[in-house]
Amino acid sequence: MNILNLFVIIPVLTVLGIMFVKDYKGARMTAAIGMSLQLVAALVMTLMYFAERKAGASGEFLFYTDITWFKTLNIHYTVGVDSIAVWMICLASIVVFAGIFASWEVQYLSREFYISLILLATGVFGFFISLDLFTMFLFYELAVIPMYLLIGIWGSGPKEYSAMKLTLMLMGGSALLVVGLLGLYFNSSAAGPVTFNLLELSKINFPMAMQRFFFPFLFVGFGILGALFPLHTWSPDGHSSAPTAVSMLHAGVLMKLGGYGCLRVAMFLLPEAANEMAWIFLILTTISIVYGAFGAIWQKDLKYINAYSSVSHCGLVLFALLMMNKTAINGAVLQMISHGLMTALFFALIGMIYGRTHTRNVPEMGGLMAVIPFLGVSYVIAGLASLGLPGLSGFIAEMTVFVGAFAHTDTFHRVITIIATMSIVITAVYILRVVGQLLLGPLREKEYLEFPDARWYERLSLVVLILPIAIIGIYPAFLSGTLADAIVPIVERLTAML
Amino acid sequence: MIEGIPMTHVLIVSAFMFFAGICGFIIRRNMITILMSIELILNAVNINLVVFNKYLYPDQLQGQFFALFVVGIAAAEASVAIALIINIYRRLNSINVEQVNEMKY
Amino acid sequence: MNYSYTILILLIPIAAFLFNGLLGMKFKPIVSGLVGTIGLGIVFLLSWYTAWQYFFVGGMVDGEFPKIIAMSMDWLQFTDKLTIRMGIMLDPISVMMLVVVSSVSFMVHIYSLGYMKGEKGFERFYSFLSLFSFSMLGLVVATNIFQMYVFWELVGISSFLLIGFYYQKPSAVAASKKAFIVTRFADLGFLIGILLLSFFTQTFDFTTLTGADHSIFESGAAKSFMGMSVFTWACLLIFMGGAGKSAMFPFHIWLPDAMEGPTPVSALIHAATMVVAGVFLVARMFPVFFFQAPDALEVIAYVGGFTSLFAAIIACTQYDIKRVLAFSTLSQIGYMILALGVSGYEGHEGVGYMASMFHLFTHAFFKALLFLGAGAIIHAVHSNVMQDMGGLRKYMPITHITFLIACLTISGVPFLSAFFSKDEILVAAFHHNKLLFAVEYLVAGITAFYMFRLYFSIFWGKDTQYHHTPHEAPKVMTIPLMILAIGSIFAGYVPFAKLITADGRPFESHIDFAIAIPSVLIGLVGIGLAMLMYRKETHIPERISIALGGFYKTVYNKFYIDEIYLFITKKIIFNYISRPVAWFDRHIVDGTMNGIGWITLTSAKKIKGLQSGYLPQYGMVFALAAVVFVLIFAFLVR
Repeated sequence: MNILNLFVIIPVLTVLGIMFVKDYKGARMTAAIGMSLQLVAALVMTLMYFAERKAGASGEFLFYTDITWFKTLNIHYTVGVDSIAVWMICLASIVVFAGIFASWEVQYLSREFYISLILLATGVFGFFISLDLFTMFLFYELAVIPMYLLIGIWGSGPKEYSAMKLTLMLMGGSALLVVGLLGLYFNSSAAGPVTFNLLELSKINFPMAMQRFFFPFLFVGFGILGALFPLHTWSPDGHSSAPTAVSMLHAGVLMKLGGYGCLRVAMFLLPEAANEMAWIFLILTTISIVYGAFGAIWQKDLKYINAYSSVSHCGLVLFALLMMNKTAINGAVLQMISHGLMTALFFALIGMIYGRTHTRNVPEMGGLMAVIPFLGVSYVIAGLASLGLPGLSGFIAEMTVFVGAFAHTDTFHRVITIIATMSIVITAVYILRVVGQLLLGPLREKEYLEFPDARWYERLSLVVLILPIAIIGIYPAFLSGTLADAIVPIVERLTAML
Repeated sequence: MIEGIPMTHVLIVSAFMFFAGICGFIIRRNMITILMSIELILNAVNINLVVFNKYLYPDQLQGQFFALFVVGIAAAEASVAIALIINIYRRLNSINVEQVNEMKY
Repeated sequence: MNYSYTILILLIPIAAFLFNGLLGMKFKPIVSGLVGTIGLGIVFLLSWYTAWQYFFVGGMVDGEFPKIIAMSMDWLQFTDKLTIRMGIMLDPISVMMLVVVSSVSFMVHIYSLGYMKGEKGFERFYSFLSLFSFSMLGLVVATNIFQMYVFWELVGISSFLLIGFYYQKPSAVAASKKAFIVTRFADLGFLIGILLLSFFTQTFDFTTLTGADHSIFESGAAKSFMGMSVFTWACLLIFMGGAGKSAMFPFHIWLPDAMEGPTPVSALIHAATMVVAGVFLVARMFPVFFFQAPDALEVIAYVGGFTSLFAAIIACTQYDIKRVLAFSTLSQIGYMILALGVSGYEGHEGVGYMASMFHLFTHAFFKALLFLGAGAIIHAVHSNVMQDMGGLRKYMPITHITFLIACLTISGVPFLSAFFSKDEILVAAFHHNKLLFAVEYLVAGITAFYMFRLYFSIFWGKDTQYHHTPHEAPKVMTIPLMILAIGSIFAGYVPFAKLITADGRPFESHIDFAIAIPSVLIGLVGIGLAMLMYRKETHIPERISIALGGFYKTVYNKFYIDEIYLFITKKIIFNYISRPVAWFDRHIVDGTMNGIGWITLTSAKKIKGLQSGYLPQYGMVFALAAVVFVLIFAFLVR
């Protein structure tokens, strides 16, 4: 029994379990138990993975299983993980776990809510463990579609509009992806059976004309999910309308699917085209980084601020990937994990603050630190992680990215790196503005005095997110040192032709 | 073989019938007349089938058989159509096609 | 020689921070105070022990003080060569800084037990103080430039937290934000400088960078960008970070506002330790500056000289006693920076370097003393403003005496500590650049004038009627004052030229009377002027300020530099960058997306007309299409 199958089986069982409970208490309890098991499984899997690596397992992917699923089209259920996937699964488990507790108070159609949420999570887990592009795509779609329901039913504000916009834009990405994937599939073999298997595809050197044609489809297709400028506008609207747990999962994990896909599929399989076209996307991502940060300064709604900040930070992920050296890609993965945790933390906190003040408009609030210190301090920690304070994960990721990006010797890469570094100052500006207006200063309303500080489930959800942020920040070696086995083959393939 | 009558004459007649049917189908508003137009079209086709069979492949019978099939199906079709028309009449008190446009968009 | 115990110097404060931060609320406030103070006391003893062991037991190896890596562990690996290590490096300046930081911090910890007594958030205050001590100690013992950057940022955040300690006061929040963002902007330069330097040299380590082997610089030596070599760029950018932390012009704007923090914090962070981090950074990197980027060093000298004059002039016009001290700090740091800028490397050439460190050392004592004294006064009078004070010498004898000692010291009165250090700086400036020397000479006079303006206005001047009689501060506050006063008097007798020099080799230094005597004289002139104007209540200051008119107003408003910054940030960045970006995103980018949706919907509306429901129409289309196909097949497809 392959441990990876657990990541599909546990959520499905949880969903079934939720179907048979009576009220919202049972639903959330079942969801919490299921996702706790998932978290434990993720940790066990991580330990097993590194134990095997230590014992000398040398395959590119471990826990490899291959089951034929659809013989005529040569579609398989192929699973396996490398260290990037392992950490992404850990990230996803943590965020889902925290998300369940952050949405502890959902009572309206709660069973359906948890079912959709866990289906979404299934899609995410499935995506990270799949090695067959078809199954990968299938799980990808599985992750995108429940989003529509989650935002449309449990959201706030112009929820139908946002849900439609988000789903349509992501579906647009999927449409591009299908073209790209089929391109890979039909070019995978001149004579023998064509294949979707990532490992086999990675051994093929596709002809340049084909790469040039299909690379943009794949990169942009995944890039939409990674908030690539100018296709990022689903993010502010979607995030601001989504319920707390969905914002967390979406910004924390789903956006990482984009970055992961860009690396694992687009760049890894079509390396020459990636090299040739990197400059276009580098310019776009640099714009994302600075533009998102500037956009965030002007926003008044907490979720909008965070959504734009996500655009900026996810831009940094793609930016680093396109730098195509070990350090930068290492940094990109770190940034994915770090941003996933910290943005989930942000959205969780925003949900909790909204639950008390019933507004997300920053100028209408003030002085909350005095009444809800636990949430306030957590918000400050999230903010500090976001602006790259040493000792928290953001710093590690950003510095790795910048050092890696700076290793390019030509002026173009240097200049855009310096432009990208400027974002850390702008980030400081908007984070401190929000902290200053929202938390500090005199108490704005008398009724704030009656606010309860964080409840136990809120505390649990926050602590689960803060701990890894701090651990990565204080002792980064355990994470950043372990990615080499996944990154080296990718970088070798990317730089083989140079 | 029908002596003295070339195939083209017969085909002209059938073409005439066919287009008469088409015109009727498009122009007339009464459903019964439309049904009759359809019968005209079908019969034009029948003539063609029989004529081609008779003039081009006199030793074979597929054309004539097929014409018989068409007759049979036309009967079935007419009965279904009449049933529909009766039902429409019961509901709408009219058999004018312009008023029967509920199934759109 | 085993220095492994030095790790405790870092571990104790961070442990105190965690204890007070996580568990502080569970106990009585005094517990956190004692935990912090006792922890720092141990650190204080360990630091002095380290200094004693380093200088007098370990001593010199081959005629120079060695750089000892007491501890080092890999923290984050970037590439095969570039790795951030966290470690402890002991060399003369880091050991000196350990002593300075731990001593002042310890004094401030004790003092705050009295000063902050009964404040809400007492345990928070102590946990932040511990965090700051940890960060600052980590900064000074950094083994490599990236570790320094890490702690540099941590120091910045501790400063942010402590300035904004009274977080319900909007001015404190604004000041803390300003301090953080300004220094953060400067740190951007620091970061880019590090990236440049590390890319060309492939190392972060100070030992390699500042070592005798210059071959690591070869790869970048020939490269230049916009007329300056890459190393000049790198050094200037790194100095930019230093200038931000040390509040050099034009990054000085945050320091006066930072006085919103509690006074002990001002004494510790914004007078004695954190603000000299920039000086320390340049000193740490001095060989790189000197050998690879002499032009950058020249810039540094002028920046230092200009800031010291600029700040000294502003200090003469301010009324808030903490702000006067803040500008005086700026001016004194300008001295240190200038001294580094004019320094040479070997032997007596390196007198500027030595003087800079020397002044840093003495300044820490007398400036901390001044701030703590000011704190005691504020504690007694409940006001920051000079006009509310006067005649306090009768009420607060100990504060009065210690404050006087500090004022005399900073004015360069002979045989007090700053006399020696300032003299060395003037000597270095004199040998390097006569203009800078003249500026510094003038500043020495102005310094004496504004310090005694402060002194006389507080302790002499008019007999103010107080609401309730001011009282002397409690012992827990006056004892640190006395200890620091002793430090201010005797710190000058430490033989710096024997211990801390640019190349690590001792040299002979002696007081140059040709420079010392005039500088003492100008100091006395300054004191005399101040006495004339402020000892009794007179109208002279008022008349002078009226006579100077516009100039006085400009100086009083700090040359309107804050307003310029505000204009750039609020008006330009917010209104002309951020707002258009937000607009562009909502209307152009998002508009395009919505536009695509709109086009789809509208075209769908148009097309659906084809599905009319009219049977004859369908028939028509069908027939026509059949005809068209027939024609196509008949004529086009053959």
